[in-house]
Amino acid sequence: MKPLQLLFQSSIGKKMIMGATGAAMFLFVIGHLVGNLQVFLPKEHINAYAHLLHASEGLLWIIRLSLVGIVGLHVWSAVTLNAQNNSARPSTYGAGTGPFGASWASQYMFMTGLVIAAFVVYHLLHYTVQLSAINFAGKDFSTLTVVGGPQNGWKDVHQMLVIGFGSPIVSLFYLVAIGLLCIHLSHGASAMFQSLGIAEGAWRTRLEALAKCVSIGIFLGYASIPIAIFLRIVS
Amino acid sequence: MRVNLKVWRQPGPHARGEFKTYATPDLNPDMSFLEMLDVVNDELTLKGEEPIAFAHDCREGICGTCSLVINGKPHGPHRAVASCQTYVRSFKDGETITIEPFRAKPFPVIRDLVTDRTAFDRIMSVGGYVSVRTGAAPDANSIPISKIDSDRAMDAAQCIGCGACVAACKNASAMLFVSAKVGHLGLLPQGQPERYRRVLAMVNAMDDEGFGNCTVTGSCAAVCPKEINLDFITRMNRDYLVALVQEGVGRKGAKEGAGG
Ligand code: HEM
Ligand code: FES
Repeated sequence: MKPLQLLFQSSIGKKMIMGATGAAMFLFVIGHLVGNLQVFLPKEHINAYAHLLHASEGLLWIIRLSLVGIVGLHVWSAVTLNAQNNSARPSTYGAGTGPFGASWASQYMFMTGLVIAAFVVYHLLHYTVQLSAINFAGKDFSTLTVVGGPQNGWKDVHQMLVIGFGSPIVSLFYLVAIGLLCIHLSHGASAMFQSLGIAEGAWRTRLEALAKCVSIGIFLGYASIPIAIFLRIVS
Repeated sequence: MRVNLKVWRQPGPHARGEFKTYATPDLNPDMSFLEMLDVVNDELTLKGEEPIAFAHDCREGICGTCSLVINGKPHGPHRAVASCQTYVRSFKDGETITIEPFRAKPFPVIRDLVTDRTAFDRIMSVGGYVSVRTGAAPDANSIPISKIDSDRAMDAAQCIGCGACVAACKNASAMLFVSAKVGHLGLLPQGQPERYRRVLAMVNAMDDEGFGNCTVTGSCAAVCPKEINLDFITRMNRDYLVALVQEGVGRKGAKEGAGG
C-alpha cells in the first residue's frame, strides 16, 4: 500500500497524525500565550502586535487555514480512533476496571478535547469574527479603534480584551476551557512523543514531568489575563 | 478459609452470560487460584452441574493461557504475576471474588471464562518469526550483539501473549503485545532483514482484528505479567514511521523479506 494511504488508514498512522498535529497545536498555544501576555505591557504593545499580525492579510490567511487544517486532522483522527476504541470493547466488566495507574487526564482525552473544540469555535467567533451576539458585552468589537496618537485608526485590541473579559460569564467559560486544555496537554504533551516514536526510558519520565509543568504554566499564563482584567489590574 | 466466587457463566459464544455466585468448600490458603477453581469444579461435577470452564495450561506463568479477570484486574491483585500464579492466601476469608473473562471484541467468549485469542496467532502468523534456512545449529556467538540490545530483546521476548494488555486497556488496544513481538525481533541481528516488512504486516493484521488504539494510559504495562513496558510501543511507532518512509522512497526493505 502507498505510504499516505497507510498513514491515514492504519492505527499507528492515525496516531502519528494525532501526535504531529497535537505537537503543532501545542507550539501554537505557547506562541499565542506569549503574544497575549503583552496585554500586561502598556496598551500600545499588544495593539502593535495585532497590527503586525495583520500586516499581510495573505500570509495571515495561509496561517489561519493551516491551523484549521491541523485542528481538523487532530479532531478527525481523534473521532475515528475513538470510534474504533469504543467498538473494540462492546461489553464492560461486571466488577468495573481500575485505571491501573493511568492518569485521569489520559482517560478523558476525548472528552476534554471535545470541550476544547467547542471553546475554540466560541473563541474564534468572540475575538476573530467579532460576533456581537455572543460577546455578552453589548458592544461591537469591530468598531473599537485607537483614537489619536501614532496608532490612530488601528484596531484597539487592548480595549477589546478589557471589555470582552469584563463579562464574568465569558471569563468563567475561558477559565474552564483553559483548565481543560491544561489537563489535555498534561497528558498529550508527553504522549505525543510516544506516538511519534521518540523518547524511551528515562526520557519518558522526564517528558512526562515536563509536560505537566508546561501545562500548568500554560494554564497560569492564560488564566492570568481574564483574572487580571476582572480584578482591574489591567484596564 | 472459604470465599464466595461470583463467576461469569456463559454456555456458548452466542449465549447470554450472567454472574453466578458459588460458595467454596474449605480451602487451603496455599492453593493456587486455579486449584481453587478445580476444587469448586469437582463439587459442581458431583452435584451434576456444569463445571466452570477456564483456560489454563502450564500453571507456572510461562505459557500465557490462563486469562482471568479477578475483581476487575486482569490476572488478579499482584504485579507481574499471571492468574495461575495467584494464590488463595492473597484474598480474605469470606471475601466475594468476582471472576470474569477478558473482554474485547477480538477476544470473543467461547464459554464461561474462556476466550478465543486466536487473533494474536493471526497477528503472529504474518510476521512474528524470522525466515531462515534451517541448517545445522549455528555456532553460538557467531553473530555479535550488544549486551544492551540482547537484554532489551529478552525483555520483549518475555511476552507470553496472554492478552492481559488488551483486557486492561480502556480501548482494548493490542499495541503492547504487538510492540513486544515487533521489538523482540527488531532488536536482534537475525530480525533485521524483515524488520520493516514485519512491522507493517503485524500492525495491519492487528488493525484487521478490530483492536482499539493506544492512548498512552499505561494500564497495559501495569497489568502485564511479564512487565513489558510502553517503550516498546514507542519503538514500534518509530519502526512504522521508518517503514512508511521506506515505502515512500521505494526501498525494497519494507516490501520484501529476507529474500532467498
Ligand atoms: C487547542 C487544541 C488542542 C491541543 C493543543 C491538543 C493537543 C494534543 C496533544 C499534544 C495530544 C497528544 C498526541 C498523542 O498522544 O499522540 C493530543 C491527543 C489527543 N487529543 Fe488533542 N489537542 C487539542 C484539541 C483536541 C480536540 C478538539 C480534540 C477532540 C476531538 C482532541 C482530542 C484528542 C485525543 C482523543 C487525543 C488522544 C489521546 C492520546 O493519544 O493520548 N484534542 N492532543
Ligand atoms: S497457565 Fe500458563 S501462564 Fe498461566
